[in-house]
Amino acid sequence: MNPNLIIDASYFAAAFLFIYGLKRMSSPVTARSGIVVAGWGMAVATLASFLYYFGATKAGNPQATVNLILAAVALVLGLGWAWRSGKKVAMTAMPQMVAIYNGLGGGAAALIAAVELLGAKADGYVELVVTFVGALIGSISFSGSVIAWAKLDGRINKTWRVKGQQLINGTVMLITVVIGAYIVGVAHGNAPPLLVIAFFVGALTFGVLMTMPIGGADMPVVISLYNAFTGLAVGMEGFVLQNPALMIAGMVVGSAGTLLTLLMAKAMNRSVSNVIFSNFGVSGDEQQGEIKGSQKPADAGDAAINMRYASKVIIAPGYGLAVAQAQHKLYEFVKLLQEAGVEVKFAIHPVAGRMPGHMNVLLAEAGVPYDLIFDMEDINGEFKEADVAVVIGANDTVNPAARTNKSSPIYGMPILNVDQAKQVYVVKRGQGKGYSGVENELFFADNTNLVYGDAQKVMVSMIQAIKSLEGGH
Amino acid sequence: MDVTTSITGFVALYIFMLAAFTGYEIIGRVPAILHTPLMSGSNFVHGIVVVGAIFALMNATTVLEQVIGFIGVLFGAANAAGGYVVTERMLEMFKPSDKKKA
Repeated sequence: MNPNLIIDASYFAAAFLFIYGLKRMSSPVTARSGIVVAGWGMAVATLASFLYYFGATKAGNPQATVNLILAAVALVLGLGWAWRSGKKVAMTAMPQMVAIYNGLGGGAAALIAAVELLGAKADGYVELVVTFVGALIGSISFSGSVIAWAKLDGRINKTWRVKGQQLINGTVMLITVVIGAYIVGVAHGNAPPLLVIAFFVGALTFGVLMTMPIGGADMPVVISLYNAFTGLAVGMEGFVLQNPALMIAGMVVGSAGTLLTLLMAKAMNRSVSNVIFSNFGVSGDEQQGEIKGSQKPADAGDAAINMRYASKVIIAPGYGLAVAQAQHKLYEFVKLLQEAGVEVKFAIHPVAGRMPGHMNVLLAEAGVPYDLIFDMEDINGEFKEADVAVVIGANDTVNPAARTNKSSPIYGMPILNVDQAKQVYVVKRGQGKGYSGVENELFFADNTNLVYGDAQKVMVSMIQAIKSLEGGH
Repeated sequence: MDVTTSITGFVALYIFMLAAFTGYEIIGRVPAILHTPLMSGSNFVHGIVVVGAIFALMNATTVLEQVIGFIGVLFGAANAAGGYVVTERMLEMFKPSDKKKA
């Protein structure tokens, strides 16, 4: 049988399975099977691609057998490393892990372009231009994602920023594009290798420069953007290699990723260009406005008993909950409340956690069923009817300043209306500020009490308070 | 008798256009609860780049091309495998609150 026919058929199957799998992933009921379906598509396509060996031998490539072994070794090494690291990574560290896998994909696309360019394999203006654009986007995605990973992982804490930064970035970009245009237009793809290398160095540098000034809070949007970038780069190199599986998969991810990026930016009430070019996301200490009122502490046990006799409690968790690893204890507490007949719901702000939907994942990890968890727009009207709202490890996403204070950097960001509940409890470690560095008026409101302490310890004492109460009956 | 077809010009544009709308439609109606797993899932899907890297490596003739191709396959494989594992782990945890399990 003709190996090319098998390869083409398997790519067709892969493209179908990817789209069908992604479709299934768009509902929580079928999501799990969706990734498995897409996984089969990947397995089939990868195995079939080893049949390129026959094409290479037929073309008389003396290195064909060596290449076959190299490909198998590289595949096993890459797969083995990623499989182990993916199994080990904690759910809180998920965003940076996605960033690094994504960056590697962008790097792979750029490397395919490098082979094409250094071997002067691409010819024709269209092919050359597409190769270069794919190489540019893939390289930016690679170096940018590595920086994003390092920042989220706490390996780079500094936010590198100099005067005239946009001018520097623009210059690097311009030089890179000019080199690319020269290779395409003047050298017709037969440029000296040094020039091709200079192009890649320029593109990689731009990715670093573009990502360095972006603060941690904005990183999810950036990771999502790079995810779309890698998709586009893969799609473009797919065109160059005449590979429809790469074209379709790359483009589907490119457009889906772009939409996802826009949705994330919208949830933060900002535009994507604003995220990339402005200075928000870094805590500024200048924002210390005067706030009337005082912070009133409350005992964890008292708060728990108050909730036990409430009829409706809404919990607004934030990243601080996950940092304290208190999700499991929280759900244990929620189950006690439910047994006592209290209606409990979780309210999730779109940017709670470090990625949209990250909080849902962290709660799901603790076993919280997804039908107790509500998106902001679905639950915001219910806070008025709630007896108690509990804020755990969240800050900016519940700050009323976003509604009222025009000078606040978070002004205009939609927030959870926890302040409308009859009683608000805020569980927090100390008197620190949120990610944006803004003081929170909510903590000083008349109906707010603060429960100080590590979220996990607070949850334990709340559970004990309820249990001792039940035991006393 | 090669069945290899070439995808050029407008055929490529048609493929790109239809694929772009497909991606848009799939993500457009997804609840926010699934945004992180879907970002991770789409991250997995572009791991298909490993196939292109294998093609490039198989047809490499110089040592330089072999080195670049090797790293390309390594990266692509890590993208695909890592994306799969992470997505599967996340989706596995989503469960409804019924007690039908028994």
